[in-house]
Amino acid sequence: MTALDRPERDTVETVLAVPGMHCAGCIAKIERGLGGRPGIRSARVNLSARQVTIAHEPFLKSRDLVNELDRIGFEAQPKQGALARSDSAVKPLLAPLAVSAFACMNVMLLSVSVWSGAEGTTRSLFHWISAGIGIPAIIYGGMPFFRSAWAALKRGRTNMDVPISLGVIIATALSFYEVVTNGEEAWFDSALMLLAFLLAGRVLDAMMRDRARTGVDALLSQAASGAMVVGPDGALLWVKAEELEPGMLMRVAAGERLAADGTIISGASRFDQSLLTGESGPVPGETGDEVLAGTLNLDAPVDVKVSATGADTTLTEIARLMEAAAQDRSKYVRIADRAARLYAPAVHTLAALTFAGWLVAGAGWYQALVIAVAVLIITCPCALGLAVPVAQVVASGALMRAGIMVKDGSALERMARVDRALLDKTGTLTLGKPLPDPAVLAALPEDAAAVALALASHSRHPVSKALAGALAAMDVKAATIDDVRETPGEGVFARWKGGTVALRRPDGASGIAVALAIEGRPAALIPFADRLRPDTTEALAQLSRLGIETSILSGDHAAAVDQIARETGLLAQAEASPQDKQELIARLQSAGHNVLMAGDGLNDGPALATANCSIAPGSASDVGLQAADLVFVRESLLALPRSVRTARATMRVVKQNFVLAIGYNILAVPLAIAGLVTPLVAAIAMSTSSLIVVGNSLRLARAARK
Amino acid sequence: MNGVLILIPIALLLGFGGLAAFFWSLRSGQFEDLEGAANRILIEDEDEVR
Repeated sequence: MTALDRPERDTVETVLAVPGMHCAGCIAKIERGLGGRPGIRSARVNLSARQVTIAHEPFLKSRDLVNELDRIGFEAQPKQGALARSDSAVKPLLAPLAVSAFACMNVMLLSVSVWSGAEGTTRSLFHWISAGIGIPAIIYGGMPFFRSAWAALKRGRTNMDVPISLGVIIATALSFYEVVTNGEEAWFDSALMLLAFLLAGRVLDAMMRDRARTGVDALLSQAASGAMVVGPDGALLWVKAEELEPGMLMRVAAGERLAADGTIISGASRFDQSLLTGESGPVPGETGDEVLAGTLNLDAPVDVKVSATGADTTLTEIARLMEAAAQDRSKYVRIADRAARLYAPAVHTLAALTFAGWLVAGAGWYQALVIAVAVLIITCPCALGLAVPVAQVVASGALMRAGIMVKDGSALERMARVDRALLDKTGTLTLGKPLPDPAVLAALPEDAAAVALALASHSRHPVSKALAGALAAMDVKAATIDDVRETPGEGVFARWKGGTVALRRPDGASGIAVALAIEGRPAALIPFADRLRPDTTEALAQLSRLGIETSILSGDHAAAVDQIARETGLLAQAEASPQDKQELIARLQSAGHNVLMAGDGLNDGPALATANCSIAPGSASDVGLQAADLVFVRESLLALPRSVRTARATMRVVKQNFVLAIGYNILAVPLAIAGLVTPLVAAIAMSTSSLIVVGNSLRLARAARK
Repeated sequence: MNGVLILIPIALLLGFGGLAAFFWSLRSGQFEDLEGAANRILIEDEDEVR
């Protein structure tokens, strides 16, 4: 394969993100299509990360490579430096898991012979071999737990890892003592089994988070944002956003996002500010007007003189608000740690009491210690450690299949407690993009629709793209047209059957619309409007049945919000700034509510980070995607009640798991205190309780279907 | 007992061999793209023969 190509000198590696590839065919097409091109040495696809690593000669720039991929039929974006190396949460856990599972199996093999009655030298030899395999494996495999337990203890707290680490370390030390003194019982297999089970739980948890993260990464626009800058001699040069300086002149094409704040020097257009302010209608801008970074230029190319860049833009203020909010949220204590706070002291007291009790009853100090350690080992929370992660992994897997990505398990815990929901309007309740009126499209004659599709597919203007998408979805076949030319700010013009046809901006229309002009016929006006997401009414009804009070919180004008409020029957607050949104949430929280925020825009970022739990649609801005706990990629708003229901079901199962795990302890602990527990009993008890907890959690696999 | 003395070292050696192979594959990036590896078996390599 291509990987065998010898790396030659002067080879540069570029990593491109290709969100669109999904199968073996895509891999083959990309690797073969690129492999043979001049200047390209090799191409290697990473399907999990949706990336291509291309080794090429230095004269090829990343834009050339993007064009090459475009020719093959894939949309690609250069990865920015920080994103190119994605670090997985699974990888550091794989090796400890493999080592402890391998060691566990081998030690268990030797233990079985001991349990079935090996005596004298044989037992001693087997114990020594077990120690030789077990001790290094426990030190290596237990590191993730020891490290986290130590970090918690240093801050004067405890978490689930403290009783785990203590149990494992004491069991190992006691077993080693037994081996040296030629004793009867060694617990290496119990310690290793505990580690293997718990690491398996953590690997599953990490896999889930990795998958959600790559899913969200694929949605983020990884294009290095920047602008075409007009030099003093009139030459055009692509400049990255962070290298833009005040005073530079950017030429912003229609359909492009502004990379910096500035003033329009020439040209006039309309700008979509919905991601920045939540405003749904386009805002006109002409020479002398100020425009903001992050807004989308809708109609015509304009020249903009940069007034503020990077750290000074409006975006930075939003980022500052979000940072403060994120720090607040990290104070949330996960349910497993809350359980550990109660559980760890209880277990340790119990072991100490057992030790004291046996001493008082007249046992030797060594015998008392062995029994106390048996209590520690038997209560070591194997099932308890699995109770939370397994349930959350199964639930987030079920949600993932329903098109909802959960960024981490604590999001489900917080989501389950939500009793108040605030919804942004543009892009959350609505689809956030102008769509052509379906009634008008259906009324178009067949040949007119075919012409409209042909014209629309020749333009990259957002309105044209929406029209082309809607017509294609109606199974319209494009007509054959010639002489196509696009006049920015005017429309697309062409010839069809000897006459002129055009898709152009209508004269003096308010709102967004296009006129389809065919020579010899009256022009047809196609109005565009933002529409509510499908199933909105049903989703809102379900939310209220779940006991969640819902209202709208939007940055848009009162008139636009009013209309949606009437359609949905919700209370609404309009013209809210990012700070207003954040303050409202804080006010609700101090009144004792757990707030769910659903939003997509940059202006929702601080609110998403402040709320107890947050959800964003897949079409959200990068800031929204990163701030939200959950991301739903399907259009339907039913994702909201569905994730609340699944989160609540998860918490129910987690609580059942706790009861099962603690129930097992209540049965086993008296035996341990009585001194009746042997390593064999511990091994059986531990694995059955873990299996019961896993089995109970698997019931969640169907939770997200309803 | 003599059999055990030979068999145990062999068993341990094989086990460590497997573990070493796993670590090697982990280091050389074979676990980087599990999804891709699963899909690559479906690619026909007609034009790979050069």
